[in-house]
Order: sequence, then C-alpha cells, then structure tokens
Amino acid sequence: MSTASRLVLIGGSAGGLQAILTLLPGLMPQLAAAVVIVLHRQNHYDSMLTELLSAKTQLTVKEAEEKETLLPGTIYIAPADYHLLLETDHTFSLDYSEKVNFSRPSIDVTFSSAALAYGRQVAAILLSGANTDGAEGLMDVHDAGGITIVQDPDTAAVDVMPRQAILTAPVDHILPATAMAAFINSFAGMMAS
Amino acid sequence: MTRNHISEREVSMLLNDVLERYGYDFTGYAPASINRRVNHLFQADRFPSFAEFRYRIMSDPDYALRFVEEITVNVTEMFRDPQFYYTLRREVLPVLATYPLIRVWHAGCSTGEEVYSFAILLKEANLLHKSVIYATDLNTSVLEKGRTGIFPISQMQQYSRNYMEAGGLHDFSSYYTANYEYAKFRKDLGEKIIFSPHNLVTDGSFNEFQLIICRNVLIYFSKTLQDKVLRLFCDSLEPLGFLALGSKETLSFTSVASQFRQLDSKEKIWRKHHL
Repeated sequence: MSTASRLVLIGGSAGGLQAILTLLPGLMPQLAAAVVIVLHRQNHYDSMLTELLSAKTQLTVKEAEEKETLLPGTIYIAPADYHLLLETDHTFSLDYSEKVNFSRPSIDVTFSSAALAYGRQVAAILLSGANTDGAEGLMDVHDAGGITIVQDPDTAAVDVMPRQAILTAPVDHILPATAMAAFINSFAGMMAS
Repeated sequence: MTRNHISEREVSMLLNDVLERYGYDFTGYAPASINRRVNHLFQADRFPSFAEFRYRIMSDPDYALRFVEEITVNVTEMFRDPQFYYTLRREVLPVLATYPLIRVWHAGCSTGEEVYSFAILLKEANLLHKSVIYATDLNTSVLEKGRTGIFPISQMQQYSRNYMEAGGLHDFSSYYTANYEYAKFRKDLGEKIIFSPHNLVTDGSFNEFQLIICRNVLIYFSKTLQDKVLRLFCDSLEPLGFLALGSKETLSFTSVASQFRQLDSKEKIWRKHHL
C-alpha cells in the first residue's frame, strides 16, 4: 500500500474526546487519508484510549510509532508524554523535549511539523479545550496552504481553545462535531477498492 | 504576525557547517525535531536572518556550543517510567549480583537524574560498592550538572512518587540533603559514577558491559544511525548482557534484533544471546 498523501489532523484537550467519539462513526471505512489525533490526557491510559476509539470506527486505530510510515485509512494517536512530529518522507518521529503550552504531546508541535511535511494536503481540526495549544499550529497549516477547521465554540464542552484559535489563527471553517465526519470524508476522498 | 522560519535546507547547511567546523555530527538525526529546535533557537536569540545566524555559529565557538546544547534534548527525570525501574530491580539486578564487578554504561545520560536513580537501586540491592557506572553524553555542560548531584528541589515530590512506584525501599528524602531550592544527593551514590563525554555518532566502544541503558536517545536518530548505534551497543555488551531503552523504542526491524531477546515484561529491556 502506498503512503497516505492526504492527512487529517485532529487536536483536542478537555472535552475533545467527546467530540472525537461523535465524529468517528461517520468516517468512511475506505477513507483515503491518514488521521492523526493529538489529545491532551493523563499518562498510562493509552491502550484504553485505542480500544475506546476502535469501538467507534471500522478504520484501524493505533498509537503512532516512531519511524512508522503513515498509511491511508488509519487513525494514529499521539502517545502520551511524547511530542509527535511528521517527517517529509511521511513517517513519524517522537520527541521527548520540553512541554509546549504545558502539554506533551502538544497540538502545536504536531500541527506545525505536519504543515511542513504535507503542505496543502493537510486539514487540521481543533476541538474543545481549556488552554491555548493549537492556535499556532493552525497558523502554520494555513501558511502552508492547508485547511483549518475549529469546533464551533457554542458546541464545545470547553470553549477556551476554539475561541482562542478563532481569535488568533486564520480559520477556514467553524463546525460542530456532528458535521466534521462529512467534511473529513469529502476532503480525504475514498480509496479504490 | 509574521514569523521568521529557517527552511529544512538551511538547517541541513548548518548541520554540515557544525560537523565540518566542530566535529559534532547531527546529520543523521531525524529532521523534524531538529528542525523545530534549530528554529526555536533562531527565534529565541532573535537573529534577523539566516546568514547572521550561520555566521555567528561559524565564528563564535562559545555560541556553537550553545547551539549544540540547545538542539539536543536534555529533558529527563528520576525513576522515569517507574515500572521500568521496578523491572530492573526485580529481573536484572539479581543477575548482575552474580558478577564480581558490575559494569554499566548509561549512554546519553543528560543531567544524570536516571543515573542517580539506578545508583539508588544498586545501593538498595547492596551492589553499588562493586559497580562502576559510566555515564556519558555528547554535551559536556549537562555532564557537569550530573557530576554535582544537585537537582531542583521542586521536582522531589514527583521523583519521590516515581521512586515509590518503582518499588523503593526507604524514605526517598534519606538520599539527599535539602538546601533552599536544591537537593544534593548523597556522596556515596555518586562515588561509583564516572561522568565522561562520549558521542554515540562518532565515538566507538570503550569497554565491555553487563548492562547498557540508553533511554529516549535513539528516537532522535534516523533509521540508519539507530542501526549503527545499536551495533555499537551490541558490540559493547558481554554475552547475556542487558540492553535497556526508552518506552517507545524498539529493536524490532533493526539489524541486531536477532541477537537479542526481550524480557517477558512489557518494558523495553533485552538480553543478548549467548553465542
């Protein structure tokens, strides 16, 4: 199978998991893009998170591993306590450097590296949260020609992160979680069966 | 907001400069994180242009040293991933105890928090007196910090929790003296540790060990460089020696995989086959 040429980024903090659980069941099983999820959370619950998300979709859900090549139709979760970066050869790198915005993994770090690696082939979605991570990353995605989406703050469990992003970053679409699957499906397209 | 970025091509020019001028080889590092760190330094030190940044690195050896220090990651903690230390204590130390002299290499030790953690394990197993721990890093200033055995007191609560989860036997505070914002670790813990510069990319083997610990260093390397360093480790281990890596690092798919067998725990600890 060839590497994923399109990439959907999803970043979330407090309340973000809820939005992800809402949008996952709507994703097409033949999704032609790779999906990368960066979720702020406590350590130690990685395997539970993978199981929880797997139950909501037919797509493969797994924790991203260093040097792994991104495949279409696969949902990758940033491991707890590591930053997750994307390389231009469409592989992952892990990084244990300082927290960014008090977070590791940081949404900004993943989004910004993905912007460099994938350019126009990225759609980045920022969900509910109580901090300001992600806004800078959305800016980089926008500057590189990608599409930026923010969860409608009125529908977010915690609206601080979406509001901050809307204030500071160029946002192409503001959507409720219920409308995100349809957007991702049309951005990604389908794999030939 | 306009943001000043250095391109990946410019970063690779800098890395070539630093290699040729100073001998530090970062050309085999995974590009994304080094790119991020170089850009971070470029912005933090407010260089108006790439050319000026490059000129400063080339003409000012002190600044070049700062460059090396800033682009290498030196984030660490005591008893990081407590289960890993619990496994070392339970499964590795009893084997090491059978040797008359225990030689350990902690490669990429940074400021030494994990080296002191391991020294505490050895102390509690009554093995420290017959052990030597070689703690190495390419970065000489972090080694200097390690040598002092002085760490910020603000971290001690977290470290104490880690220590307990790692199966600690005593009151963690019995290992250090608190002094204002610093904790100075007991002298006897440091007496068997030799802090010394070693560059995994360019330097070779310097002894034979029963245990090599190298945590969260390989993640920064390309696959090719990972393979080279793992072969260095393999060659530096005695038959039946142990290799311990970071929680997201693996030997799978590397050229040394067939020479090691992973312990039955979930931890990233392998044992070299007896050949």
